[in-house]
Amino acid sequence: MSTVTAELSEASKQSNVAPLPDRRIRAKQLTLILAFSLLLVSIFSLTSGASGISLWRTLSDLIQGRELATLDRVVLFDIRLPRLAMGILVGAALAVSGAVMQGLFRNPLADPGIVGVSAGAGLAAITAIVLGSLLPATLQTYLGSALVPVSAFLGGWASTLLLYRVSTRAGQTSVATMLLAGIALGALSGAASGILVYIADDSQLRDLTFWGMGSLAGATWGKVLTALPIIALALVAAPMLARGLNALALGEAAAGHVGIPVQRVKNTAILAVAGATGAAVAISGGIGFIGIVVPHLLRLATGPDHNTLLPNAALLGAILLLAADMIARVVIAPAELPIGIVTAILGAPVFLWILLKRRVDLVL
Amino acid sequence: MSRAFTLEAQGIRACLGRKEILHSVNFTAAAGRVTAIVGPNGSGKTTLLRAITGEIAHEGSVTLNGLDVNHLQPWQLAAIRAVQPQSSTIAFPFTVLEITRLGLSAGLSAADSSIPIRALEAVGLGGFAGRMYQDLSGGEQQRVQLARVLTQVWEPVVSGKPCWLLLDEPVASLDIGHQFTVMDLARNYAAHGGGVIAVMHDLNLTAMFADDVVLMDGGNVVTQGTPTEVLTDSTLAQTYGCPVPVNTTPPGHIPFLLPQARVQMASRSI
Ligand SMILES: Nc1ncnc2c1ncn2[C@@H]1O[C@H](COP(=O)(O)OP(=O)(O)OP(=O)(O)O)[C@@H](O)[C@H]1O
Ligand SMILES: [Mg+2]
Repeated sequence: MSTVTAELSEASKQSNVAPLPDRRIRAKQLTLILAFSLLLVSIFSLTSGASGISLWRTLSDLIQGRELATLDRVVLFDIRLPRLAMGILVGAALAVSGAVMQGLFRNPLADPGIVGVSAGAGLAAITAIVLGSLLPATLQTYLGSALVPVSAFLGGWASTLLLYRVSTRAGQTSVATMLLAGIALGALSGAASGILVYIADDSQLRDLTFWGMGSLAGATWGKVLTALPIIALALVAAPMLARGLNALALGEAAAGHVGIPVQRVKNTAILAVAGATGAAVAISGGIGFIGIVVPHLLRLATGPDHNTLLPNAALLGAILLLAADMIARVVIAPAELPIGIVTAILGAPVFLWILLKRRVDLVL
Repeated sequence: MSRAFTLEAQGIRACLGRKEILHSVNFTAAAGRVTAIVGPNGSGKTTLLRAITGEIAHEGSVTLNGLDVNHLQPWQLAAIRAVQPQSSTIAFPFTVLEITRLGLSAGLSAADSSIPIRALEAVGLGGFAGRMYQDLSGGEQQRVQLARVLTQVWEPVVSGKPCWLLLDEPVASLDIGHQFTVMDLARNYAAHGGGVIAVMHDLNLTAMFADDVVLMDGGNVVTQGTPTEVLTDSTLAQTYGCPVPVNTTPPGHIPFLLPQARVQMASRSI
């Protein structure tokens, strides 16, 4: 032991130190619980819906190597499984982008949906749908079905970057500026989308209405596979940011002094947010509030340490989105609600509750 | 003294906004000593510290243990010097222990996870580990930050090279007892070979604890030397613009506290 503090700690040795409430252990237990819950919700989601597939019959059929009924097989493998995969991907992507963005902006209210990143990504996606045919033919064939997700990524990236530039001065991020810039970005995207809707033809218009509300209904393996690489990359990058985001809570300068390459962390965080949000928006439209509610609940439960917050957010985001999807499917069955409406109805009150309950006044 | 044991700043010019705040400041601090930077409000103490730590753009060179800091990566620098800011707010509900642990991620002390607890005890916050940082008083928060900084460079000397504590007003919002706790820590750190640079406002504490004093005014270093050399009636009166008599007892009816008297009391009680 260093002798520097020997005398001082000698004095405090007598005082009995209470056992430390280590939230890291609880957070790791929560990871296990969430993983198990995700499994349960997935099974439940696979077996609920308009066409009644019995879970036990399907399972026993599969286990005993019997052929599934053709209809069951189509429903299961071509409709429900891609929908499940998309729900997990999108839920995890939205929750993790929310958590990363909040860490980056040092603010629990930063969320890609609220500050206009989703709007920027959506605008880019709409532009790609309506005006994609104007691109050089070689580029079109080269990008193929990745055109829309890639555009959404670029749109999300540009808006995150713009937002960070506008709202951060000398290492301090102003919440007011961030929210106002978000409103401006949202309005701009809305107006531009309006113009594009005028130009769009009928089939494009059908694609476009889907952006307005957000839905998992159009899930196909094709969509899942185009978004998978981008979202997977972002989700893999996120935990590597954990240490940097923790240190950023001290402020940019102090984070640098504890040895964090701040600029690199910020760039990676912005790319991860843009990638995950962009890809999620590209395949499912604008689904709100997952990015703000999930990290907030987890911080209440196990604290703000990003080492556990980020993986837990991915799991809880997936669980909540699958749950919302099931609600969307049963409320007005056999028709279904767009999932964006469900997350808004459930998420907006939680968001207001966060504002009411916040412990520290926001520095505006 | 060999350059391997100093922090040296040469010709530091720094601008904030359009204004030049530091006008070619030269400054040397030696490991094994406590160097205090004093001066009136706005004289450029914080700015000098921020230039030395690379927080703001500046002209001139800064070497630490003989190495140009521009050639060191953030984590290499973090392993040999820790910086306590003048004030800090934390964005999320971290506990005291979690904040203190942030110091671990960098330094070579990363291996020993009991250090944060010991650092908290050293700053007099032994029972506070599980408390929320946001719920602490200003002085307690300041001591948590000091514990984090201590955690980062816990050993004053690592493989023969000194480590450095750079503190901006470490005792500014502390009561007199904890001012001593903190200054004793700083002294101890230096006594074991580490370097300590502290921006100070309290000239009494500076006289008691500093080995070297750097007096700043208007973005320049006025004088540098031992407390006896720098803290004189004429220099202080000129710099601070008011009479500051040194070693003079006030007229009988005003009570006064001399922390220096602590030394006598300690020897008497033994
Ligand atoms: N962001 C800024 N833009 C322009 N001028 C600034 C800025 N920050 C500080 N200054 C000016 O720089 C000068 C030095 O400031 P500095 O913070 O270094 O003073 P200080 O010696 O630390 O004072 P204090 O004792 O009050 O902490 C002051 O005149 C101040 O007004
Ligand atoms: Mg200052």
